[in-house]
Order: sequence, then structure tokens, then C-alpha cells
Amino acid sequence: MTENSLDTAGRQAAVGPDGPISSTVAKAPPAGGRPPRPTLGRRVVVFADSLWRPALVLAVFFAAWWFVAAREYVPNYLVPTPGQVWETMTTQWSELARHTLVTLYETVLGFVLAAALGLVTAVAIAYSRTLDKALYPIVLFAQVIPKIAIAPLLVVWFGLGLTPKIILAVLIAFFPVVISGVAGLRSTDPELLDLAATMGAGPWRTFRKIRFPNALPHLMAGLKVAVTLAVVGAVVGEFVGASEGLGYVLLLANGNLDAPLLFADLILMSAIGIVLFVLVEIAEALLIPWHASRRAGVSLTTS
Amino acid sequence: MTAAPAATGTAIGMSGLTVRFTTRRSQTTALDDVSLDIEPGEFVTIVGPSGCGKSTLLKIVAGLVKPTSGEVSLLERPVRGPQKEIGFVFQKAALLEWRGARANILLQAEMRGMDRTQAARRADELIEMTGLTGFEKALPHELSGGMQQRVALCRALLHSPPVLLMDEPFGALDALTREQMNAELHRIWRETGTTVVLVTHSIAEAVFLGTRVVVMSPRPGRIIRTFPVELPAHRDYAQVMSDPRFDRLATDLRGLLGSAAANH
Ligand SMILES: Nc1ncnc2c1ncn2[C@@H]1O[C@H](COP(=O)(O)OP(=O)(O)OP(=O)(O)O)[C@@H](O)[C@H]1O
Ligand SMILES: [Mg+2]
Repeated sequence: MTENSLDTAGRQAAVGPDGPISSTVAKAPPAGGRPPRPTLGRRVVVFADSLWRPALVLAVFFAAWWFVAAREYVPNYLVPTPGQVWETMTTQWSELARHTLVTLYETVLGFVLAAALGLVTAVAIAYSRTLDKALYPIVLFAQVIPKIAIAPLLVVWFGLGLTPKIILAVLIAFFPVVISGVAGLRSTDPELLDLAATMGAGPWRTFRKIRFPNALPHLMAGLKVAVTLAVVGAVVGEFVGASEGLGYVLLLANGNLDAPLLFADLILMSAIGIVLFVLVEIAEALLIPWHASRRAGVSLTTS
Repeated sequence: MTAAPAATGTAIGMSGLTVRFTTRRSQTTALDDVSLDIEPGEFVTIVGPSGCGKSTLLKIVAGLVKPTSGEVSLLERPVRGPQKEIGFVFQKAALLEWRGARANILLQAEMRGMDRTQAARRADELIEMTGLTGFEKALPHELSGGMQQRVALCRALLHSPPVLLMDEPFGALDALTREQMNAELHRIWRETGTTVVLVTHSIAEAVFLGTRVVVMSPRPGRIIRTFPVELPAHRDYAQVMSDPRFDRLATDLRGLLGSAAANH
């Protein structure tokens, strides 16, 4: 649609009556032929339209859950009813909120550190063959080593505080950032780098104006994976030794066979992951509106 | 505008340039013993069959490709690495897809650390001159191929380089826009005294713009002949097209290119 209107405008400019090009083009439609911004009402409609499908699936899922639990096809100490879970959630909200904040804090801090460290590592790997050879094995090793296996060790080293959880979150979220960052930085069109060279630009300017923005679409994809993994890292850390956080609550609930609390806890954990994921998606939409994946009509999620 | 470089000496000197590309599968000789001296203020156009090494030749002059053997000099200095006293128009537009047309043009200024207000004014002049008015903010994917090429042209002209290297800059334009762009380029060249090397597949374009036309052979690329263009320095498109000298040269070129392709 956009392309067509632009094309026509360009063609008009091109094959207009003779005379200097500029004068014929002055009559071309202004504002670069961009469509007007959609109105608020229209945007609400689009939003609702994107939402009804997942909402329907969720509704069906909840109905099935309710049906199975309420008719006690499975005993309630194994699968509580949504009502029981809701009751637990509301009556114990202040406690649960505190634990959620702890886990959220660990996750966000772990994610931010992983993103920063991952990006620096990716730049080092993409720019230096030596560092590439030196760092890749370490990065790979850090990835393949089972995090659950080193969690106890981290607790022994750093105690029961937040540190081992954050480290685990970093360790687990780091890898996708590095991989996507390297892929993004390496995907720069060599012609663009040639261009930068003929402009006499140094490596820093080339990085800032060409390579980094070019890597952003890849990087954002990696960050989306990383942020969901960071939750896993934090919770695994809490499993091994903690006095607060959703992972700790999960162990308690499990020990007490408190299925409603367990389910409430699981829901909160997922909520953290989803909210953070959506935040990264929003950041992506703001940072790379130009990218093909973000153009009108193409959406990877419902956000 | 940049003053024309000293009228003595060569703007671009190439001697015995040979380029061999070795890939895992094969070895290609792209250029074979190419020598050419270009004087300051000359407008040299290069024609030749596809794959004969025209793009490679420009990249060697820009210092982006290292020749296997031979010497290149630009503005009297040997070319060792990438050169920045040039404006380069690549065969693909090579635009930053996250920047609008104007911002893409201004990349040149940002990368060189040029004065902002001055560069902005110059960018607006160029945008108007190339008929991009109204599309300043349009992203590359919202522009037609020809418009993208015009953006790339503006970007190469922004800093008024003493040497302009252009690789089929008007390949994606319709015939009429192409003529208009040719006329504009001719005017810019006349007014600035820039040394231009332009690769093209259009014989008409090569003759209209060039003070000299260089014809290359199929791969491995050699210079078969160079033709001086005996047309006035100040040219008008319609006049040139009806000039018998234009016809004669165009026919010669067509014959030479045809026979070169046939012998291959
Ligand atoms: N980086 C490279 N690696 C390997 N071979 C290359 C490389 N660049 C060019 N070549 C080869 O060199 C030859 C000349 O390429 P070049 O791009 O200079 O041709 P050209 O004359 O510009 O062609 P066209 O008119 O189609 O643009 C081709 O056969 C091409 O395959
Ligand atoms: Mg080429």
C-alpha cells in the first residue's frame, strides 16, 4: 500500500513534463507519502483484534482446568481449582508480593548484567580473531555446564544472599546475548563497511553508526530469549538455598503439599517472565521500528 | 565547492593492475594488466561486459581492494588503504535501512565530523537537485530503487570530493530520469572540476558524460581501447543526441563491445 503510493509519487516526479527536475518534484505529495498516524479508536480496535485469539485459547485452557479440578477427576491436593488458587493468591498477597519482588529483582539485575556482559563479549568476539578463539570456548563451556549442578557450589561460595541467584541468572542469560550479538555484528553488509572506510571514519564511529544499529534486530531477539531464561536462573538459585523468593516459596509449598500455593507461585513466576518479555518487546518496537519484522502487519507476539 | 586540484600531474594513476580472486572453488582473474592515467578534471567513463572487473577497478582506486600486482595512485599519493578524498557510489545503493533519505545523506557528514549546519544546507540543496523533495524522511524500503540510487548519489556528493567514483549510479532509473540525472551530473562536473570515473552499461551515457570512454574486454578485464570524446565541454542532452560525432562514437563503441563479446 505504502510502497505503491510512493512509487506513483516517484514516477510522477520522474516523468513529469520537461524542465528542471526540482520544479516537477515540488508538486509531489509532501511528507514522504507516509500514511497518516492511525487514530486512537483505530489503534484500540487493532489491539483488541490482536488479543482475542490468545484470550480465547487461555479461556479454553482455564475452562478445562476448572472442569478437571472441580469434578475431581484429579484430587484437589494435586490439582486445585482455580478458585482455591485465587483465594490463596488474595489472602497471602502481601507475602507473595514480597517474594515476587525478590525474584523480580534478581531476574532483572541478572538480565541487565548478562546483557551488558554479553554485548561486550560479542563485540570482542566480532572484532578480534584472537579474542574470538580465546573467548568462544569459555562462553560455550559456561553455557553447556548444567547450571543446576553448579548452583550448590555458588551457594557455598557466596552464601544464601542474592549474589548466587544473580550469578546464576547471568550465567544462564548470557549465552543467547553473546550468540545473537556476534551474529548481528557479523551480519553487517561488507559494502557498508567499505563505505565507512571511504568516509575516513574510525572504528568507534563505524561501530556506533553502522555496526551496532545493524546488529540490533539480532540482539533484540537474543535479549528476548535471555530475559525469559534469567527467570529460570533466579528460581534455580532460590531452590538451592534461600530464605525468600518465589523459588523458596515453591519448595515450602511442595513440602507442605500446599497445591493452591504452589500453583499461585507458578503463576507469579510465569507472570514475571511474561511481563519482562513484553517490556523487551516494547523496547524492540521503539528501537527498531524500521526493521522488517516490525513493519505493519508483521507481529511476533500480541503485544 | 572544492577547488579543482592542481592542473598538473595525474588525479588517478594505474599501472599494470592485475587482480586475481582465489575462492575455495576457483580462481578468477578479474583484471589483467590494466594501466590508465586520469588527469585532474577529466570525466572518464568505463564500459564493458558484465563481470569484466569494472567494479573491482573502482574499488582498487578507492583502496578497498588490494591488487595482486601493480600500482595505483590517487592525487599523486600511492594508494595503500581506504581513501577518503573520494565520493563513492556503489553499484548497490548501500543505504542504512534504519535512516531516512536525508539522514542517510548526512551520514557522510557525521562520519567525517563535518560542520552540521553547513552539511544540512548542502544536503537540502542536493535533495532538491535530485528530485527527492518530499521524501526526506522516507526509509530506504519505502523508496523505489532509482530513488535509493539518487540518495546514494547525494551522499557521495555531500562533501564535494575532488574525486568521484561511480559504479552504475543510474542503473535503476527510468530513461527520462536518467537523462535528467545525467544532465545534472554533467553540470556538477563542469562547475566543480571534480575528477570523475563512472562505470556504466549505457553507451549513450558513457558518451554524453565522458571526456574519455574506456572500453574493457570480457574477463579477464583488459582495456581494449580508450576513445577521446570530441564533443564540447559544455553539453546539452538534446544537442548531443543529434550530433553526428555522438552517433559515430556510439556506433564504434557498440561495434567494439559486440566484437569483443563475440571473440570471447
Ligand atoms: N570478492 C570477490 N571474490 C571473488 N571473486 C570476485 C570478488 N569480487 C569480484 N569477483 C569476480 O571478479 C570478476 C569481476 O567482478 P566485478 O564485480 O568487478 O565485475 P563488473 O565488471 O563490475 O560486473 P557488472 O557489470 O556485472 O557489475 C567477476 O568474475 C567476479 O566473480
Ligand atoms: Mg559491477
